[in-house]
Amino acid sequence: MSMTVGLYRPGTTPLHRLPVGVKLLGLAALSVAIVVVRGPLSAVAFLAVAMVLALVGRLDLRVVARALRTVLVLAVVVALLQWWLFSLDRAVESLLDLVSLALLALTLTVTTAITDTLDAVIGWITPLRRVGVDPERVALTIGLAVQSLPGTLALALETRNAARARGLERSPRAYLTPFVIRVVARAHETGDALKARGIGD
Amino acid sequence: MAEIRLEGAEVRIEDADGASRTILSPTTLTLTEQRIGVIGGNGSGKSTLARLVNGLVEPTAGRVSVDGLDVVRHGAAVRRKVGFCFTDPAAQLVMPTCVEDVELSLRRTVKDRVRRRQLALETLARFGLAERADVSVHALSGGQRQLLALAGVLATEPEVLVCDEPTTLLDLRNTRMIGDLLLSLPQQLVLVSHDLDLVRRCDRVLVVEDGAVRFDGPAEEAVADYVASVDPADPATSTTPGRTSPA
Repeated sequence: MSMTVGLYRPGTTPLHRLPVGVKLLGLAALSVAIVVVRGPLSAVAFLAVAMVLALVGRLDLRVVARALRTVLVLAVVVALLQWWLFSLDRAVESLLDLVSLALLALTLTVTTAITDTLDAVIGWITPLRRVGVDPERVALTIGLAVQSLPGTLALALETRNAARARGLERSPRAYLTPFVIRVVARAHETGDALKARGIGD
Repeated sequence: MAEIRLEGAEVRIEDADGASRTILSPTTLTLTEQRIGVIGGNGSGKSTLARLVNGLVEPTAGRVSVDGLDVVRHGAAVRRKVGFCFTDPAAQLVMPTCVEDVELSLRRTVKDRVRRRQLALETLARFGLAERADVSVHALSGGQRQLLALAGVLATEPEVLVCDEPTTLLDLRNTRMIGDLLLSLPQQLVLVSHDLDLVRRCDRVLVVEDGAVRFDGPAEEAVADYVASVDPADPATSTTPGRTSPA
């Protein structure tokens, strides 16, 4: 989960300064191209493009390594399967394609602040105001969903440790019941806090 | 100072089995002092009392108003006037970085993005968090996190600040830091706390017990009343486990 949350690093690279819309569209276009254009050679080319972009955005190598570890494991498994079922070319292509996609997505996350994304989303859905959509609220919901992940993860670890301390690590009920209750309680508290700050009034 | 007025305000809830339970008995109060402390045991109803002031909890009978504005009918207007700070800043901080969280508070009042960011940075600087602007809210220490929560609430310059046990999760140094900050604010303060030293510095203190205000008066007398209610024998030498003995 730590892969997508809190990775933003402020900076002044051209990628940081690019408008969010351009970045998102660019990511979408490149992703489609990566999937549509076949062959191992183009896969190498796309990976090179992704790496150049990551360099331009000055991604920290350690952040990249940590974030891509899971994707890499998955990509290798998929590649092995394809090698076995189809051909080495197909295997190399899907391995490199998956890594390129992940690297591009990561580059966007690292170079884009959530606030900017929220502002962009608000801009795009403002025309929907006429049909009763509140853009601020939609954007806040997206932001909250992303932001609640680390907190929920911390609650999960805490409740698991509490169950363990009582020697109940084998009982899913001793772990899941308090976890669910605490997540719901946290949601209520956050709701109260938002209301108290006048957000959504 | 704003005038916080409770007129026969009562809070009752329905239990799961349909029985009605009183959280706060009908209470009538007029609060105009700058610093108002609220003390009392766990589950005594002091949090409910605090939450009535900005409409987070609505009275089931009677009415609550701030400067004549009814908290139920004019909830949004009241919450613009009354800021609220929670015990656990983790529930209150909803954005990834410090500056973004303060910006969230300012979203409603400052539409211009550049101006909003500038104001948020100025607010952070005022609370000594200037260098932490782009740091993740999860990377802050407990004291800094509560400081940031306060910055987020005070960024919109409310007239009244209600704090529900703001120092309960903090160590001694941070308790003093947050306490000193709260008591030095120009805002009217309603401070719910278990920290009797902090409450002693208030102008008026309410002692809440079993859903009712049992004492209302000067700080020293209120604290003495609360301590006596916990251990009538000899509070100064009390060693009863699980009870707060005065420092």
